[in-house]
Amino acid sequence: MGRIIIPGHAHDHHIHTPDEDGIDRRGFLSCMAWAGAGMAWVAASGVLKSAPLPRLGETSDKRLAAGDFAFAQISDSHIGFSKDANKDVVSTLQAAISRIQALPVAPDFLIHTGDLTHLSKPEEFDTLQQVLISANVGQVFYVPGEHDMLADDGRQYLDRFGKGTKGHGWFSFDHKGVHFIGLVNVVDLEAGGLGNLGGEQLAWLKDDVTSLSSSTPIVVFAHIPLWSVYPEWGWGTDDGAQALGYLKKFGSVTVLNGHIHQTMQKVEGHVTFHTATSTAFPQPSPGSAPSPGPMTVPADQLRGLLGLTDVTFVKRSHALAIVDHDLA
Amino acid sequence: MSTLRTRLNALAIGAAVVTMTAMYGTSAHAAQGNPPVKTVAIEIDNFKFGIVSIDVTVGTTVTWTNRDDVPHTVVSVKKLFKSPPLDTEETFSYTFNEAGTFEYYCSLHPRMTGTIVVK
Repeated sequence: MGRIIIPGHAHDHHIHTPDEDGIDRRGFLSCMAWAGAGMAWVAASGVLKSAPLPRLGETSDKRLAAGDFAFAQISDSHIGFSKDANKDVVSTLQAAISRIQALPVAPDFLIHTGDLTHLSKPEEFDTLQQVLISANVGQVFYVPGEHDMLADDGRQYLDRFGKGTKGHGWFSFDHKGVHFIGLVNVVDLEAGGLGNLGGEQLAWLKDDVTSLSSSTPIVVFAHIPLWSVYPEWGWGTDDGAQALGYLKKFGSVTVLNGHIHQTMQKVEGHVTFHTATSTAFPQPSPGSAPSPGPMTVPADQLRGLLGLTDVTFVKRSHALAIVDHDLA
Repeated sequence: MSTLRTRLNALAIGAAVVTMTAMYGTSAHAAQGNPPVKTVAIEIDNFKFGIVSIDVTVGTTVTWTNRDDVPHTVVSVKKLFKSPPLDTEETFSYTFNEAGTFEYYCSLHPRMTGTIVVK
């Protein structure tokens, strides 16, 4: 089952789809935003605006106009974890990969938003890389989670995935006109605090986007949510607002995070925030349990609470369509 | 009956012997100049340090045990000690040989904080 959130361009309030076929897309969207299993909730301080929908259900790649593309996000694979909540995280990761391979439009690349491993052990990193390589999913971009930086201040992670990155592993790249930024907010965390980007990374970010035109669509990805989801459980980034401040000029900003093991989305002006489910185990919704630890559910419900996120960039509207898929 | 009484008597005598040995044993131990070792156990559960703040005496060894399904660490804010990542049931101990107030936290989940006050 898929759940669709369409963030629109800040200045386009009603974009009419050229092929009018009588489908009430706005009604469909508002219905679809609430559909699906799981504990996601939508806190929208902005209005979910309408935007051209990539036509779904068609198997031909022709449904993407020139310049459009798709990419997929997985998160929190926690290779090495084996407790009641999931005794076979490799199997559920493979299920997510199979789901990606079954998507109607092949993603141009994959983004992993961290907690690749559970304990930063070499064999855990090895297994993850083996699964992704054998799945032939193409290029994968990574940002680390706090579980990946446990060994020697992140040496295991950086030795494998640090090439071309700066500091603890931040970087940016361009793809078909969209500027992607990978940030690291899981290092040098202070007692009592939340996620942290740090001065050096923020300075780099400011410089990285300074010469981009404001019409460049921006996709930022980091492990811990950049916005304040639930501070009591550490679900937020202390200096996240500063990072977002550097992106104020852009008309379309999409922030993709993980860490909380459930989907959650928020639209604020022209910024869309979205978190992905884990491929390993679910966590409770904010405040619904004594702690954010792994949540054990009946075996037949597990895969419905795990999943991946499929993102399609629609060039014509500078909009990104975000669809969550579970593994049931 | 008399056999039972004999047995009970033997048991009582045995217990007395054991107790006296223990007492003498402790005294002998103290006589050698070794102070009694103080230990404190702190459980890490539900993303919290079970005892948020505790007063201990100099020379106390604190042992943290992780009961959660995710790893945690015990890291001194003043950088005096830093545990390896503790998986479920793993422990970390630190002996506080100096007086002072020692704040610590989990570097993975920094909202988890605790304090050891050594007097």
